[in-house]
Amino acid sequence: MSIGRRQFLKAAGVTGLLGLVGSPLLKIFAPGELEASSEFREGAALTARRWSLVVDMKGFPTVESYTKCIEACYNAHNIPHMDNEKHEVKWIWPETYEHAFPDNYDVYLSENIESMTFLILCNHCDNPPCVRVCPTKATFKREDGIVAMDYHRCIGCRFCMAACPYGARSFNWRDPRPFIKNLNPLYPTRTKGVVEKCNFCAERLSRGEHPACVEASEGALVFGDLKDKDSNVRNILRTKFAITRKPDRGTLPRVYYIIGGS
Amino acid sequence: MIEKALSGNKFYWAWVCFLLAVIAVGVASYIRQFHYGLGITGMSRDVSWGFYIAQFTFFVGVAASAVMVVMPYYLHNFKRFGRITILGEFLAIPAVVMCMLFIFVDMGQPTRILNVILYYTPNSIMFWDMVALSGYLTINVLVGWTTLSAQQKSVPPPKWVKPLIYLSIPWAFSIHTVTAFLYAGLPARHFWLSAIMAARFLASAFAGGPALLVILCIIIKRITKFDPGEKAVKGLVTIVTYALIVNIFFVGLELFTALYSQVPGHMQTFKYLYFGLGGHGKLIPLMWFSTFLAISAVVLLLVPATRTNQITLLFACASVHISLWFDKGFGFVIGGFVPNPLEKVTEYWPTLNELLVTTGIWSIGLLILTALYKIAISVKVELEA
Amino acid sequence: MPDKSKIIYLLVIFCAIAAFPFLYNSMSTPVNAKIQLNTPVIDAMTVKQCIVPKEEMRRDHMKILNRWRDEVVRDSHREFGSIDGVMYEKSLQRTCMHCHSNKSEFCDRCHAYASVDVYCWDCHLAPKENKP
Repeated sequence: MSIGRRQFLKAAGVTGLLGLVGSPLLKIFAPGELEASSEFREGAALTARRWSLVVDMKGFPTVESYTKCIEACYNAHNIPHMDNEKHEVKWIWPETYEHAFPDNYDVYLSENIESMTFLILCNHCDNPPCVRVCPTKATFKREDGIVAMDYHRCIGCRFCMAACPYGARSFNWRDPRPFIKNLNPLYPTRTKGVVEKCNFCAERLSRGEHPACVEASEGALVFGDLKDKDSNVRNILRTKFAITRKPDRGTLPRVYYIIGGS
Repeated sequence: MIEKALSGNKFYWAWVCFLLAVIAVGVASYIRQFHYGLGITGMSRDVSWGFYIAQFTFFVGVAASAVMVVMPYYLHNFKRFGRITILGEFLAIPAVVMCMLFIFVDMGQPTRILNVILYYTPNSIMFWDMVALSGYLTINVLVGWTTLSAQQKSVPPPKWVKPLIYLSIPWAFSIHTVTAFLYAGLPARHFWLSAIMAARFLASAFAGGPALLVILCIIIKRITKFDPGEKAVKGLVTIVTYALIVNIFFVGLELFTALYSQVPGHMQTFKYLYFGLGGHGKLIPLMWFSTFLAISAVVLLLVPATRTNQITLLFACASVHISLWFDKGFGFVIGGFVPNPLEKVTEYWPTLNELLVTTGIWSIGLLILTALYKIAISVKVELEA
Repeated sequence: MPDKSKIIYLLVIFCAIAAFPFLYNSMSTPVNAKIQLNTPVIDAMTVKQCIVPKEEMRRDHMKILNRWRDEVVRDSHREFGSIDGVMYEKSLQRTCMHCHSNKSEFCDRCHAYASVDVYCWDCHLAPKENKP
């Protein structure tokens, strides 16, 4: 019985993949369209060999421009607004250049950079230290490069938090539910005692939707396949100078930042 | 033999009852933490390990230090330690138990802790730490218990114990090496990213553990009919002295690399610990106090007059132990998280509930130590009578 | 035997502790284990059929959920082929609870009867129920 189902699923997965590779035109569902039904669309998933994100700083001139990305993420994933700063849970959040790129900071940098606000999040590293240290494989790297978490398995040892050079991980120091502003009934919350972080919206990709922050960014965040040489991200990286956070740690971060210039 | 722990004078029982009371408070505090979550501690998103993990690190050292009596006696035929090897082995047992409990109370989802075995992951150092600690506990229980019961019956210990004893020596080194690897392999934390970490851990362990053993020997001589022997204590003191000096030397190496290279990441934590960073400096008094104790202990241990006087010796050994306790059982772990990866400073200080859980675990350790030492000493005293 | 009275005394205490669960259960009111299947979505179905036969679901739902959990989270396999050929998503919140929107009548009642304490709901959200 279960073998039959597995085989069926494999077949379903392969056809899904083929369907995508064959056609670059993907149907992006409008928000809310899927919420109406629980029927699942076969082959709708967005897939890639290596997901990555390009943050084009030109697209974030105002507080409003990045706040809406953060809001979209928080609402999609039931992220709490903890009242105690020490217990904060953050998936994507704003930082100044000095803190986002501390190793590259200098007091005489352009005023332009000083005034910029960088959205930072999990870098979904190619060589992730958090995956290396996790004692239960609760944090693992998917084939498409997403560094994912299995909250069912996490024992809350926080080794990954000590290992992450980007401060991208948050721990649930207490039950987060009372601190969630708008509950999304179609996504779980977390329980106290587990670590959490950005998942590159794996659940949305499976439905054929782009990550929530990307969708809300109106083009300032570009999400695509780094291993596909004709992809949107590769086209940008080919023509514009981009930097990553703390490249010296050997983690191979896959979130790129384009600062000024064209 | 276990019945020997069940009979004693009223001081013995008063001590046991006191420990049980502290344990009860600790358990109650833990239940509170279990229901509320680890937010009841002083830990935060930025300082995500605190007192529990620091204490774990410190007591791995105490456990490993048993090798400092086992190795001279069994490997180099250093007869003086014959009377105290059992004290060393029986000190390692509660130390490992405390380590395991400190790890356990630090888990966000303690009920899932067996996932470490169910989904064993050899690329995680945590997995090897579990293997090392549980193996070391098993070895010490087996070796300590069988050699002591053989002694009681005045027969030589069974043959299979000898290989286990030899195994316990590299195993003791391994537990502290693996514990150092928990920290030393993380690309995120400059302060811990140091090749000398394991060596420094071992040096501090071989100073702090035997220092505790010296104190215990002096107490045992005072309150029981068993005398661990002047010569054994002297041997321990020599070990403490040189291990402490080596440890201070290693700290000096760390400081040189950080301060002479002037690489900011390497300097910042030292700055935070000893001088404060960006107006934050809660650990400054502790770190200087620890430094002061370490240096005065070196002086007291090197000067023959103070080394041989029991009062100053006690003072020196307590200084060593307390100094290393602040350094390794507090500053080392907390310091690694300051500044955070975004170079911001969040400070940590343990909460009352956290301290009550901690004292509960110490009391469990002390209770096991009391029972084991009671058994060992009763057997030894009976044999000598 | 000077300890005879002590032994009898402790034996009585032991028996009392051992018998307590049975006494407690015999005196408390029995839990109703009958689950409620009628929800608006299920009522509207022409063929009332779960994703697998009822008997299998009753016996193995926890295994299925466990398997789904690993397949979705770890292998990104989210599609589930059902017996009537309709494609369902492996999702507790989106699929199971879509039909069985009455957690208190459907899940909790039987779990309470069997004294099973599940931690699903520590994270997963149950649909809002209009309780009288």
